[in-house]
Amino acid sequence: MGYSDELIRELEEKARKIRRDVIVSIGVGVAGHVGGSNSAADIVTALYFYKMKHDPKNPSMEDRDRFLLSKGHVGILQYSALAEAGYFPVDALEHTKELGSFLQGHPDVQKTPGIEAGTGSLGQGLSIGLGMALGQKLKKIDRKTYVLMGDGEIAEGQIWEAAMAAAAFHVDNLVAILDRNGLQANGPTKVRFNSGDLGAKFLSFGWHVIEINGHNMREILKALDDADQVKGVPTVIIANTVKGKGVSFAENVVGFHNGVLSQEQYEQALKELS
Amino acid sequence: MGYTNQRQAYGNTLVELGKTDERIVVLDADLGGSTMGKLFEAEFPERHFEMGIAEADMTSVAAGLAQTGHIPFTNSFAVFSGGRAFDQIRQTIAIGKLNVKICGSSSGLSDFGDGATHQCVEDMAIFRAVPNMTVLCPADANETVEAVKAMVEMQGPCYIRLNRNDYENSTQEGVPFKIGEPVIMREGHDIALFAAGYMVHLALEAAEALKDKISVKVINVATIKPLNTEAVIAAAADCKAVVTAEEHNIRGGMGSAIAEALCKNPKPIEFVGMKDEFGCSAHNYKELLEHFGLTTKALIAAVEKMYNNY
Repeated sequence: MGYSDELIRELEEKARKIRRDVIVSIGVGVAGHVGGSNSAADIVTALYFYKMKHDPKNPSMEDRDRFLLSKGHVGILQYSALAEAGYFPVDALEHTKELGSFLQGHPDVQKTPGIEAGTGSLGQGLSIGLGMALGQKLKKIDRKTYVLMGDGEIAEGQIWEAAMAAAAFHVDNLVAILDRNGLQANGPTKVRFNSGDLGAKFLSFGWHVIEINGHNMREILKALDDADQVKGVPTVIIANTVKGKGVSFAENVVGFHNGVLSQEQYEQALKELS
Repeated sequence: MGYTNQRQAYGNTLVELGKTDERIVVLDADLGGSTMGKLFEAEFPERHFEMGIAEADMTSVAAGLAQTGHIPFTNSFAVFSGGRAFDQIRQTIAIGKLNVKICGSSSGLSDFGDGATHQCVEDMAIFRAVPNMTVLCPADANETVEAVKAMVEMQGPCYIRLNRNDYENSTQEGVPFKIGEPVIMREGHDIALFAAGYMVHLALEAAEALKDKISVKVINVATIKPLNTEAVIAAAADCKAVVTAEEHNIRGGMGSAIAEALCKNPKPIEFVGMKDEFGCSAHNYKELLEHFGLTTKALIAAVEKMYNNY
């Protein structure tokens, strides 16, 4: 499938805006997850602004695609996408994590429009997504559930409980996306645990596996569209990404998993993303 | 029809309700033959999900099903329902106020043969401490039928604690279950005996045995949370002391809830239950209850002690 240069340019521009929103959300002097937000920003942009059917004016519309942020610590990424899509004003982002804000440190289904379920205790989103995919099928709603996971997160055993169960239930409306940025809070993921050949793992559990460059918009769109053609089994998109992508001093730096920006860094980040 | 086993009552009631309410779905973790989820599976295979030996996954899947407008019931032994899936329950279901119903089957000492690993004496304490959670402990099979109906009618997360074994009913069939309301089973004015689960049956036996000496009021505490504090205070008001009886650790369970309710209108309280200890294997339920002092005789002794001392 061909994608027009204009479409790609528009989405890349949106992703840039969302990365900028993330920086504004974090602000100066308060810790925030710039690294894992920016590694997944292109994927999340493609979902909200190209792939998913959703309605910011009617978030609970039954006939919608659903997105679950299993790596809930990058709530600011999802909030930025939701704000850009019109769920709430972009101005609200700078109040993220303030006392009384409807934008919590981790997604809260009771507080924020557009959130499908609370996440943040890692390893649980794929199971919740499986439940949603099953629920959509029961209600004969021909829509998908997309789950974004981190590659550090998959050390949690529950991911593999869900990975084994999903193919058994033939949920071809479940699409998992693995943001493989290679770093976790305390160091390189491969040093922490040996996750082996992830594609082979999912394949052996009965999944359809697609591997892409998670910053190449054309590859992202094609992977998401290709997942629509898969029948009878769930799909996992393994997206190779760069943690902190788009902010030079944060790229591939472990300290910016949940880092504090100085005034200088804040201004530089906004400049690089303008 | 009448049941004399809470699991049978639970499984059959889900089937009955499932006939008219398509929102109801049931999940099991390889124990459907015991939890009686198998009854729902036989009737509605498309709305029953066998999740394998993966309680954490089962619980989060239920969260997802709730968010698509279903009313999921997750089944396992009480030790696993709350123990293995605590984080999933807390993080997504309780914080989100999701409409998930959690069944703790074979609770307390009722799985007598399997020993401490399978005998849950802390589930009421665990679930009671979680905000947004409703906690039910019906006295018998009759009350279980009504409690399950009430769970479907209420919106939000709810835990129900069930006994594995057969025993006769103390409550009447068809009495609507009112969440939060303790029920006076027998009037009395000397000692207020609050009981939960199978202990209600023993409490009524103890009150009957003592009737010529001590007037014992028996209160069935079938909702552990939310608990109508005023009703608890009123039930205890005309009695000089209180005894609580539960098949659960005396730390954090029903007795603790009664003590909290009475703390501004204090009465001396004797707690009958597991004394901060785990269970063990036995060849039958009765023998195990006797071993841990959860008997009619023990309740009589506790009531007499409070009557004589205060």
